[in-house]
Amino acid sequence: MPTVIIDNRELEIPAGRRLNGIEAARLAGVEIPHYCWHPGLSVAGSCRMCLVEVGTRDPKTGEIEMQPKLVPACNTIVADNMVLVTNSEKVARARAMVEEDLLLRHPIDCPICDKAGECLLQDYHFEYGQPERRADIRPFTSRRRDLGDVTLFVDRCVMCGRCVRFAREISGTSELMVTGRGARAEIEVVAGYPLNNKLSGNVVDLCPVGALGDKDFLYRQRVWYLRRHRGVCTGCSTGCSIWIEENQDRVWRIKPRENPLVNKWWICNDGRYDYPHVHDPRRLTQPTGRDGLAIDWTALPNELNRSLGEAGRLAAVLSPFLTVEEAYLLCKLIRGIDAEAPLAIGPVPEVGEDERFPGGFTIRAEKCPNRRGVEAVIAHFARRVATFDELLAELDQDAVQGVWVSGGYKHEWIGQATAARFERLKLLVVQDLFPSPLSERATYLLPGAAYPEREGSYVNCADRLQSVRRAIRPPAGVRTEGSLCWELLGRKGLYNARAALDEIAREMLYFSVAVEPAPEMGIDLKANLLAG
Amino acid sequence: MLTHATQRTTMKSDDRNINWVQEPRLGLAGRSYLLLFVQGLTTTLRHFFSRKKTVQSPEQRHEIPDPSIYRGVHRLNRDQRGRVKCVACFLCATACPANCIDIVAAESPWTDREKYPQSFTIDELRCIFCGMCEEACPVDAIELTSLYDLSGKSREEMVFDKEKLLSVYDRTKDAKPMRTSRGEGRGAGDGE
Repeated sequence: MPTVIIDNRELEIPAGRRLNGIEAARLAGVEIPHYCWHPGLSVAGSCRMCLVEVGTRDPKTGEIEMQPKLVPACNTIVADNMVLVTNSEKVARARAMVEEDLLLRHPIDCPICDKAGECLLQDYHFEYGQPERRADIRPFTSRRRDLGDVTLFVDRCVMCGRCVRFAREISGTSELMVTGRGARAEIEVVAGYPLNNKLSGNVVDLCPVGALGDKDFLYRQRVWYLRRHRGVCTGCSTGCSIWIEENQDRVWRIKPRENPLVNKWWICNDGRYDYPHVHDPRRLTQPTGRDGLAIDWTALPNELNRSLGEAGRLAAVLSPFLTVEEAYLLCKLIRGIDAEAPLAIGPVPEVGEDERFPGGFTIRAEKCPNRRGVEAVIAHFARRVATFDELLAELDQDAVQGVWVSGGYKHEWIGQATAARFERLKLLVVQDLFPSPLSERATYLLPGAAYPEREGSYVNCADRLQSVRRAIRPPAGVRTEGSLCWELLGRKGLYNARAALDEIAREMLYFSVAVEPAPEMGIDLKANLLAG
Repeated sequence: MLTHATQRTTMKSDDRNINWVQEPRLGLAGRSYLLLFVQGLTTTLRHFFSRKKTVQSPEQRHEIPDPSIYRGVHRLNRDQRGRVKCVACFLCATACPANCIDIVAAESPWTDREKYPQSFTIDELRCIFCGMCEEACPVDAIELTSLYDLSGKSREEMVFDKEKLLSVYDRTKDAKPMRTSRGEGRGAGDGE
């Protein structure tokens, strides 16, 4: 294995890995500051912040010979016997000079800049900059430019070019460019061709400073108020890893969470701006009966259990928005009362075709997070996964008397005509986010949870299981599907998704690898099928 | 890595960092309390014959020695064009130890300003008048005045909104001028 020496420490590079100086230093626990380099983009080497001293050690004599000039670490692929020095006086001076140069033309309007608090320019200045400014520049307000999906604060830009490279390499749309030269260089779009693609939100995350502002988030919160929670995007069956950033149970923004096995560093705009429905005032927050009268949650579980027991032949519709655990508990509940109850998967929303981007990112046509997981659970209980249409056919023949429908759809999902086919049922329990034609006919209408409020696991289109904890508490009056089924099954204590998943892993071969605590990147369920 | 909190242990009585001090032994003068009695009575008599400090409030007003450092009711300063000076940076709300400041920021309706507070409320009942907001403000928009006798008929009345805080400025700007003109003249023109 190749050995490199970073700040007098020897580091063995894993064989077959091509690392640059920044990545190798990170392995050794040394942080090299950088603006323009990003692991997901090509190397530009333009910011000069990652300059380090580089040399080679003679393997026979052990003598070290350093190169006279500083070298950008991002563009230096480490090789055997390479020596990197990142903590010398020379390197520190170079970093301070870069910082000073960048701040010469920076507005320093941090108080009104949305990036303040997570800004690399701030952090690096604090860490590596000069304590005093030599230039006498008064703070000024940055010029603004509308680039389409995002707002550019022209004077805050440090010209790292990450956004330009992103538009060329990952989204493949090449809307952004650099105009002007030297100190007058600026990010710009061609008039009439604004930045307008489904991945455009990522340039805001990529921007190391506050130059690119998300129009959705601009001026709304300061970043230090936000708490981030690990989540999984429920926009499509790719199941991107995300950070859900919330303050006092209100989601303010969604950011991509690095996951090399699913979404790398990116998410699409559909997923990024997919949270307003969580705080929609039209959401159901009160359980009601057929007469529209409010029912109290304390008495409801007993009443539900009694009604389900008296209904006769039962059936359940499991939404593809449910987590694996919730689907399992619901199946267990319905099958526990009626062992022959047909279990169907709810309508799977599909929009257009899969969209594939040059950078490898894919937006799936299947706009739900957990079809595979729910189908696997249903297959375990019922052997056959009935489709929604098959269940409707059974309803037409009056083959069932009681149906439990879990909705959880973000948009309108059922029409008046389809809902009318549920008319003749003795018992119809609907748990959903929003009122719908179906909810009007419900014997029991239960408010359901939105995705940041759920706890459990999703299986994406590549059979990868990702477990998440809840990011925010559900609004008053809402109980998550998991916690309700947990109580209806008569289980002790609070809903425990981990315990449910352990149970699932013991019972079902498909989930049997999920016994270990899930890593952040998720677990590949296919690996188990090959072995089993 | 151990965090600071986990490293901390309860201090034992034999800890070397504890410096034990003996109570001084009292002499005859101390034990008879005579000297202390005279000392105490001297203080009483001195105040008895000195100038009275009591003020018949509210008929008479307290005289505030230095209004510039007094920490009374807040005010929101206006800029040269009479608009609210605040840029809605949330630094006062962040610094506030009592969490009594609530700001809703929005894009400003003026061309030379980026951001402004759509709403700015201070709960004067929650406020502990520590002056941290004043210290944190990067444009000196929020200041504590020397008005000390604020009262209201309800809790809601004591939650001061932007208009009310601006009116406090209008009332006190002559008695206590704005400390600095920081943040003035940062128009967009400067950046171009």
